[in-house]
Amino acid sequence: MENEITNILVCGIGGQGVMTATEILAEAAIAEGHDAKKTEVAGMAQRGGMVTSHLRFGPRVLSPQIAPGTVHVLLGFEAAEALRWSSYLRPDGLALVNDSRLVPPVVEIGLYDYPDDPIGQIRARGIRTLSFDAASIAGKLGDLRLGNTVMLGAIADHLPFAADVLLRCIEARFARKGAAIVELNRRAFAAGRAAAAAHTKAEVTA
Amino acid sequence: MAAVAIAVPAPSQSRLLLSGNEAVARAVWESGCKVAAAYPGTPSTEILEALCTYPDIYTEWAVNEKVSMEVALGASMMGARSFCAMKHVGLNVAADALMTLTLTGTVGGMVIAVADDVGMASSQNEQDSRFYARFAHLPMFEPADSQEAYDMIHLAFAFSEQHQVPVFVRLTARICHVKCVTTVGERVAHEPAGFVKDAARWVMVPAHAKQRLPLLFARDAVFREASERSPLNVLEAGQDRPDKRVAFVTSGPAYMHVREAFPDAPVLKLGMSNPLPLDKIRALAALVDTLIVAEEVEPIVENEIRAAGIAVHGKDILPKIGELAVNVLKPAINRLLNNEPAALPATAPAVFPRPPTLCAACPHLGIYYTLSQLKNIIVAGDIGCYTLGAGHPWNALDTTICMGAAITVAHGMDKGRGAVDKDKKILAVMGDSTFMHMGMQGLLDATYNNSNITFLLLDNGIVGMTGGQNTPANGLDIRGNPAPRIDFRKLVEALGVKPERVREVDPYEMPKLFKVIREETKNEGVSVIIGYRPCVLTDEYKPARAYFVDEDKCTGCGNCIDVGCPAIHVTRREMAVKPSGKEVELAFVRIDPLACTGCALCLQPCAPDAILPTDHGRVVIPLHQK
Repeated sequence: MENEITNILVCGIGGQGVMTATEILAEAAIAEGHDAKKTEVAGMAQRGGMVTSHLRFGPRVLSPQIAPGTVHVLLGFEAAEALRWSSYLRPDGLALVNDSRLVPPVVEIGLYDYPDDPIGQIRARGIRTLSFDAASIAGKLGDLRLGNTVMLGAIADHLPFAADVLLRCIEARFARKGAAIVELNRRAFAAGRAAAAAHTKAEVTA
Repeated sequence: MAAVAIAVPAPSQSRLLLSGNEAVARAVWESGCKVAAAYPGTPSTEILEALCTYPDIYTEWAVNEKVSMEVALGASMMGARSFCAMKHVGLNVAADALMTLTLTGTVGGMVIAVADDVGMASSQNEQDSRFYARFAHLPMFEPADSQEAYDMIHLAFAFSEQHQVPVFVRLTARICHVKCVTTVGERVAHEPAGFVKDAARWVMVPAHAKQRLPLLFARDAVFREASERSPLNVLEAGQDRPDKRVAFVTSGPAYMHVREAFPDAPVLKLGMSNPLPLDKIRALAALVDTLIVAEEVEPIVENEIRAAGIAVHGKDILPKIGELAVNVLKPAINRLLNNEPAALPATAPAVFPRPPTLCAACPHLGIYYTLSQLKNIIVAGDIGCYTLGAGHPWNALDTTICMGAAITVAHGMDKGRGAVDKDKKILAVMGDSTFMHMGMQGLLDATYNNSNITFLLLDNGIVGMTGGQNTPANGLDIRGNPAPRIDFRKLVEALGVKPERVREVDPYEMPKLFKVIREETKNEGVSVIIGYRPCVLTDEYKPARAYFVDEDKCTGCGNCIDVGCPAIHVTRREMAVKPSGKEVELAFVRIDPLACTGCALCLQPCAPDAILPTDHGRVVIPLHQK
């Protein structure tokens, strides 16, 4: 039965929109007729701590928690956080990582080091990894808050259902904010898809 | 927080993606509950946050959990359906009310939702609330997901009304914060039957309580019988090829983990977990070689089963701490069954820790930087965002116990100090909401008993750590409507603090704060320093222009980094040799212009004046006086 369940782990930092992104993914899975459970540990996440959100969907989901080593897709909103959770991936899993870095005060005050090349470290573990700068993509579209939708665009072609299902859920979520916001999110979604696809293409030609 | 819009509830039979907390709220509303009260506490906070958006129900943020339970009891005495919600440690606060209301019983259905923080994402301990159901001789239901939480709230109201006792619904973080598909129903209004005077029931003096006590023990047997017959206690045979080697007794989220890890094993799922259906458990034990209890977190069910003479495994093979996730259950039970151990997943890479931080411009930054600069002090802390002051870079708190303990622990330290500590200055730090929750009595105790402590009241006008709930400190009720706003100066004076020993200081003005703390800690008796600035996550906070670091002026001293603001980032580090010959590491910085909201804290310890407002003019954040 385990094979029929899709496990997606979304990780990042409080305030980045990890939980909202995962909720939209859950809505898309449900729209496709799946049973779905979404869970996170985020007690103090609002204060810049790490956040992980687990999404499992399939015919019937029992435990909401993803066991280490069973993640199909890791959606990393921050490079070091993606590295931290990379051991949750299956050997044939995929990491989609925003390569912008958020450096916490414990690093700034010199107690710890930020890894030199977190994405390289994930790749060195034998994990297929697509990375892109979601923050600058969002910035070019005019609003950093679109980073969340860029990330959803990046995962859209790596789900067991059509990308349009996810896009429709994003549109529904922003519908009450007006047509202009919906359009911006549509563009962010397309940009995220393109960023992941460009990477996939580069991988094939490399 | 701004006014809450009363939502139009989703129609009956809607299939909604609901968290356990949202599912509980929906079912409480559908049950025709009239009064619902809670104090915010992770992981239960969102129940009342969701409930206050429904029409036709009175909801309130109570000042503490004992109050919320008593409010629910009063409503129940009137014949109204009532509800209170709290986190596990909140139930300790409410326990005094609980242990007597279990004697009086209830009239209108009364449900108590208690949420255990299994795994301790945001709590000071991991206590198991199921003990309280035993302690108070009350029934307890335990859902395993949102749909069950929704269903059990309905059943709990009905059970409560039928048996005239409050019913516990025990949640854990893994129920509260898991979202799954939930089918909802119709609201059924419930008109209160009215208060019936009955001193022998409601006035718990010894003579009356002695008459009520036998009823409490008599109903234990009734509840046990109900538990044996309850459709919530289901014996499941196991999926395809029922396994005769091992069976499980389990409840709550652990049920889902067991079902996933061992789909072929027979399982007794305890939906009503107090009292235990011992006959059903005995029947299950007879089917298999080994019976295992998978429960979070203490071996309560296990011990009761063993006391009934049934052989059982439990915490001898499973952890007593944290969640029983699939990857925890599988290896432990396979070891017991001598199964082949599964291959271990890849080891996790070593990455720096990322503890929660105070926000950019948080007024607590000013308090903790200042405290970190003071010598010869002991600081008793408390529960809230400001507990983070115990962490880096401030390391400014020496104790944290429970809600309201800062003042009383400081007072006890003062009375208990020996010659070795005679010159120490003893301080207490507590937020506005914690002070109103359980701190006021402690301050009264300290003034009454002539303590020598300095109390810093960190007033940010909100319950911060749980996400920003209204309190008497910001003068807004749960729905954001105007409510009386507490005057802390008057309050602490009324609690016996001399007017001249009450100081009000802006936490953004660190030199003044430093001076006032020095002065007040030298004074004999109880001093209170009220530091008011609104939480930066509230509407009341008005951001100002960002600051930037002039690279030509920055000397790399790193003083600003010690403020602890997450908007300050190191651009480069250099080793330098001081005139004394001592080698030091310099850290040159920048300020993230998107994160900085211009509180001006970081420029106060900056010796070369290298931090400037982006428009080079003096920017002052207006302090909104209460």
